Amino acid sequence: MAMTDLWMHPALTLLLGAALVPFLRGRARSVLLVTVPVLAFLQVLAMEPGIYASVSFLDRELVFGRVDRLSQVFGHIMTLMCILGSLYALHVRNPAEHAAAWTYVAGSLGVIYAGDYLVLFLFWELMAFSSVFLIWLRREPGSPGAGYRYLLVHVAGGAALLGGIILRWQATGGDLTFTGLDVTNPDLSAWLILAGFLLNAAVPPLHAWLPDAYSAATVTGSVFLCAFTTKTAVYALCRGFAGMELLLPLGTVMAIYGVVYAVLENDARKLLAYHIISQVGYMVAGVGLGTQMAINGTCAHAFAHILYKGLLFMGTGSVLQMTGKSRFTELGGLYRKMPWAFVFTLVGGLSISAFPLFSGFVSKSMIVAEGFEEGRTWAAFGLMLASSGTFLHTGLKVPYFIWFGRNNCSPETWQRAADPPWNMMAAMAVTSVLCIGIGCYTPYLYNMLPFVVDYHPYTAYHVSETLQILLFTALGFFLFLKWLVPTPTISLDMDWFYRMGGRAVAAAARGPIQAADTFIGECYRLVGLAGMLLAARASAWFDRRAIDGAVDGLALAVRGLGGRLRRVQTGRLQVNIFSAVAVIVLLLVIYFIAYTLNP
Amino acid sequence: MIIVRFIEFLRNRLRTVILFCLILLALLVLGDWLLVGREHAHTAAERWPGFWSLFGFAVCVVIIFVSKWYGRLGIMKPEDYYGDD
Repeated sequence: MAMTDLWMHPALTLLLGAALVPFLRGRARSVLLVTVPVLAFLQVLAMEPGIYASVSFLDRELVFGRVDRLSQVFGHIMTLMCILGSLYALHVRNPAEHAAAWTYVAGSLGVIYAGDYLVLFLFWELMAFSSVFLIWLRREPGSPGAGYRYLLVHVAGGAALLGGIILRWQATGGDLTFTGLDVTNPDLSAWLILAGFLLNAAVPPLHAWLPDAYSAATVTGSVFLCAFTTKTAVYALCRGFAGMELLLPLGTVMAIYGVVYAVLENDARKLLAYHIISQVGYMVAGVGLGTQMAINGTCAHAFAHILYKGLLFMGTGSVLQMTGKSRFTELGGLYRKMPWAFVFTLVGGLSISAFPLFSGFVSKSMIVAEGFEEGRTWAAFGLMLASSGTFLHTGLKVPYFIWFGRNNCSPETWQRAADPPWNMMAAMAVTSVLCIGIGCYTPYLYNMLPFVVDYHPYTAYHVSETLQILLFTALGFFLFLKWLVPTPTISLDMDWFYRMGGRAVAAAARGPIQAADTFIGECYRLVGLAGMLLAARASAWFDRRAIDGAVDGLALAVRGLGGRLRRVQTGRLQVNIFSAVAVIVLLLVIYFIAYTLNP
Repeated sequence: MIIVRFIEFLRNRLRTVILFCLILLALLVLGDWLLVGREHAHTAAERWPGFWSLFGFAVCVVIIFVSKWYGRLGIMKPEDYYGDD
């Protein structure tokens, strides 16, 4: 018990930090924005393997802190990315954006260290409900819609996950420990949990939320979004579904799917979002292979991917920040105005393309090599094909049509274009150094992986193979440049079904929805108060030991909240959701503190 | 600005740069054929000299044209297709 007393969850650090942000201004806030993620990162580094923060809730044990090699490699990269993202966002004035980002990262860390499915589900939902603010806070005409669609899809995924968890509870007689599921004969609960994980990993056909939402997010928000949701899902897949046969073909299809849409895409950030799907495809395929080397490869690729994809979103984000544009048909020829943003984006492009000496080279190849090794030749060739497509778009198309190519900039865009503020430049520079560092010095990454690594990326054959594929892809790019010029179009994807289908339903149901709205308003008035009092009684019951003195005050406060809740409900839904999330976060923080003080 | 000057230096000598790149591609294939062992090859096809060069180029062309063909099937739409929802 002595160890448990000292253990503090890095998610708690970020949640406390998020609560503090609005109260600080100027230099004090900048200091906070740097120190809190660094603190969380140091906490992760200091952790020893073991089970921590095992909490009794009702009649069961909830495990908030399972630390082992698999959770550690993900905890390491998530907190590292949080440092870089926060540095990149240092200039952002709106405290809500910082608070949302950190709450989102806290959700991801909560999932990574969760020892059972209930804790996992709690933080899984926290991620969805906090990250949506990174889309809404963009305040563009399209942002509310994109945010609601994002939420809609994630709530559906969360429901599948919860359904799976409940069924599993029933089947195992109450054991909800988060370990490997039966992947050879999965039952319904396993399928539902898998569906929840695959949706967050953006596996087609459950993927359309990703490009839809990430291209609509704020400049700094998309840097956070591109790292956490999909890679947390990859972690969950590694833990729960390693060796599931189905995931190998799914991952391979996914890797190619993203490439096809990237050819058609005109928006730089949407193109990068499609390439997240493609890259996560390698990881899903790695989970499908399920061998020690493949799981190592999956973790290594997730690690490298978070950094280079963050860097790419930082580079294109700085173009959007400075010019207000992200479409190729409104950019071009910017190398004279934004040379450093070009260099950093190029480093990201070469890393994702797996050029020798860059990070992708030492991570992606572990999965592909294991595919060949295991005799999955078609999958391995499919992944090689996607490698060519990755370089074609992220390494060539993005830099070429923003910084070279035909200058489509309006005079105003050209006037505004310049390298971004120092903090964005610093974040890109540090991330670039990390991308190159990982590619050149492999022990840093390899020693962190869950299993012992017996893999050497720098063989003459592998270097020659990679250079041939990439450089001959470049030849193809320049020969067929004319066909690759972006057009001012969008491409229909799976979101068509719920975007157009939703309209049909809305048109048919306008009357009933109106009636339901009035009814729900009435329910809030009548039931809200009783429900809140009940909740207060329940929390009083299980927190009595820790905060019994405060209970009366809490109940009174909650009684007041019931009345206020009714008024809040008539306001905008965004505000409602924010209030709900704020309450959840607050309760979580109180609970953590109560626990730490009185274990 | 040194980066800009370097890029402009290359742009002003575009013919030389292209020639240099083509020579590099040729050397890459030649080097792969003469210098690189095949003990890491996984399939028979990989034993052909310059197999991955051919693969890279062919796959790149396939990706470009298949994707464009797919886009023209009705997948690509004007930007205001969804209105402003």
